[in-house]
Amino acid sequence: MNTTFVERKQITEEITADNTQLSKQTKISVKDLNLFYGDKQALYDVSINIKEKEVTALIGPSGCGKSTFLRTLNRMNDLIDSVKINGEIIIDGDDIYRSNDVIKLRTKVGMVFQKPNLFPMSIYDNVAYGPRMQGIKNKSKLNKIVEESLRGAAIWDEVKDRLKSSALGLSGGQQQRVCIARAIAMKPDIILMDEPTSALDPISTLKVEELITTMKNDYTIVIVTHNMQQAARVSDRTAFFLSGEIIEFDETSKIFSMPNDQRTEDYVTGRFG
Amino acid sequence: MTSLPLKKETEKIGKSNKRKYRLEKFSGNLFLFCALLSVISLLLIICFVFYKGAHPFLAEGYRFLDFLLGSDWVPSEDKFGILPMIIASLYATIGALIIGVPIGLLTAIFLAEIAPKSIAKIISPAVQLLAGIPSVLYGVFGLAIIVPFLQNHLGLIKGQSLVAVILVLAIMMLPTVVTVAETSIRAVPKTYREGSLALGASPIGTIFKVVVPAAKSGIMTAIVLGMGRAIGETMAVILVAGNSLIIPTSLTDSVRPLTTNIALEMGYAFGTHQEMLFATGIVLFSFILILNFTLARISSKGGN
Amino acid sequence: MRKLKDNLLLTLLWFAAFLTVAVLVTIVGYIFYKGMGLISFNFIFGDYSPSGDGGIWPMVVTTIYTIAISLIIATPVGILAAVYLQEYAKQGKLVRLIRFATESLTGIPSIIYGLFGAVFFVTTLKLGMSIISASLTLTIIVLPVIIRTTEESLKTVPRTYREGSLALGTTKLQTLYKVILPSAMPGILSGLILSMGRIIGESAAIFLTAGTVAAMPSSIFSSARTLTVHSFLVTQEAGDIELAAAIGIVLIVIILILNFSATFISKKLNKADY
Repeated sequence: MNTTFVERKQITEEITADNTQLSKQTKISVKDLNLFYGDKQALYDVSINIKEKEVTALIGPSGCGKSTFLRTLNRMNDLIDSVKINGEIIIDGDDIYRSNDVIKLRTKVGMVFQKPNLFPMSIYDNVAYGPRMQGIKNKSKLNKIVEESLRGAAIWDEVKDRLKSSALGLSGGQQQRVCIARAIAMKPDIILMDEPTSALDPISTLKVEELITTMKNDYTIVIVTHNMQQAARVSDRTAFFLSGEIIEFDETSKIFSMPNDQRTEDYVTGRFG
Repeated sequence: MTSLPLKKETEKIGKSNKRKYRLEKFSGNLFLFCALLSVISLLLIICFVFYKGAHPFLAEGYRFLDFLLGSDWVPSEDKFGILPMIIASLYATIGALIIGVPIGLLTAIFLAEIAPKSIAKIISPAVQLLAGIPSVLYGVFGLAIIVPFLQNHLGLIKGQSLVAVILVLAIMMLPTVVTVAETSIRAVPKTYREGSLALGASPIGTIFKVVVPAAKSGIMTAIVLGMGRAIGETMAVILVAGNSLIIPTSLTDSVRPLTTNIALEMGYAFGTHQEMLFATGIVLFSFILILNFTLARISSKGGN
Repeated sequence: MRKLKDNLLLTLLWFAAFLTVAVLVTIVGYIFYKGMGLISFNFIFGDYSPSGDGGIWPMVVTTIYTIAISLIIATPVGILAAVYLQEYAKQGKLVRLIRFATESLTGIPSIIYGLFGAVFFVTTLKLGMSIISASLTLTIIVLPVIIRTTEESLKTVPRTYREGSLALGTTKLQTLYKVILPSAMPGILSGLILSMGRIIGESAAIFLTAGTVAAMPSSIFSSARTLTVHSFLVTQEAGDIELAAAIGIVLIVIILILNFSATFISKKLNKADY
């Protein structure tokens, strides 16, 4: 009854979106997020709703704040002393900066980094690392988790005979997929990927991309990428970051074919960045 | 692919996070405490040594200037003057620096810049190893070889003398000076050398005009560390100093530096006598602080 | 002219290096030459006798005691302090104070530690002239060494390991003992071995805190002499250079072994993992 025109318009938009995306719910809701490194502001009033079981890509020139933003979602920025944050990030109804249970948050929100960062242990120990740290000791249970996770990351067949050998002996692409397996082993809802293929060769990149598209049936994925073709290939929605702000957020097809903002168009057509 | 039973498990364990946070907080505090132990140790050292050393001057009516500038040290007659020891320490340290530093630095330059790789590869670790052998052994060597040599060739009655101390300390600081200086010279980027050589400077000229100045701060550290070893050395010095309580007027005089005075008399001193040995320690410590400070000043001035 | 100057400088460099090597070789050579005649199984493992033909076993035992006690205390404290400084602390006044204190401790000469040990551990805490007093003094002496070497090796652990572990919902503590400390272990171990060398070489501080009793220590509360102090005393009291040199050989060999094992450990462990 009191709904304004704008709100009604949003509702209709959501309904249409729902129709096309088979009623996806919002998983992560970010509102007016500001982030400072000391006195320097890196994110300005970022608001975005990330849908469940979709791949959301964050693109933009380097230094635009997309990685910084990604790292707010599992509070990895906490590791830097000078970082100050205000605004809210709500995941499954919890304001993650207010609830203060970082351990729980990070078991729910997994992360894959730019360069494969496996520990100097065996493949098995790497994948079992997270569950073990959660207190799972049962051998057969761990075996099961490791196998499922490696299968989930489409690398089981390549490593099943050498689970006990050092993970650092694998190729870069294999290491990155084991990193994904390590994240999956925690049974997260959300997986954050920070330019996961930037250190990989084209063939490994392709494999990881294929993996991402199959993974979205089970996980909500947020991926930062430099590579616009990659964003176009793997993501359902894309957010374009520039100088710490989200300029535009929409379905990927729309961002790449008919963006609303001139700056987005300039970027996706390669005029800068 | 996600199996649901496991999911429940994670959630159940999630409730024990409280314990984890408590452990996290406790361990953080424990680590902080460990780190603070070095502060506590330093405070304890300063408090105890200064308290003991300052007591005669604050509570027993001794004058600090008499202590510092008095030239007689006769504890049995209540005379406590440490000027001879201050002068002996000063001469010994400066003398050792004059001999040890140039030789050490030139050796370091040689090993880092001139020596064929195969030679440097043997000598550098060997010299490094020698920095680790107990300093007492240098004193033993000094007493066995240097002292008799001086006695026979300089016609001294007693070979134990200021010059013997200087030589032992100079030799003792060599490994430290060489090792630290060599490391810092090796750390100078190749491009510096190439730049200078490309401008037509000779290789030797490049070393002295470009490489050595670039490694200045490391070389300074080498000198400070070498000096620290020389001035603080006690036991090796006792063996070769002769330990006479006179103000040295020549290199061949028998001397007693500050450190040896403490070690020689701590065993039987008590009361005021013992407190005066602590006061000697304070003077020694101040001495080191002043020398460090001066060297730091010199090196920062050189930089401008 | 320039050529002449260059050649002169080059000669000077060769001469200095030759001199250094010659002097150091002479010292080590002399000690081995002079002391080798005394070295025997009985010399090292035999009990001390004042008449002179006994062994140095009590001093070996004392030396081992001092190393063991000081490292048992200094190792955990030093490593955890380094962990605090590298992994936990926020940069600020407190960290600056701690760093200032550790650096100052490095600069204090051994005789002053001796004075402190004598007044604090020996007298105030009533531990007497004993192995324990000397070991506690040595603990403070090696603490800065352990802190510094541990910090250096923690710095070499890639930041990505920390991030990778924490992103899996582990605590800092879990990350520390499962990932960071194992990776930093080679550096930490060689630091510990170097501290052993420092303890073995120490004389003045031990001289003032452990006393000079030449006998097998009955407990850590006994007064005793370490190898280094023994070699000093036999030189000073008896002028027995031969004996001092023989002890010197033992000391040099121990230092040699320690140095080799430090290098070996850091190389071996580094290769195994990376």
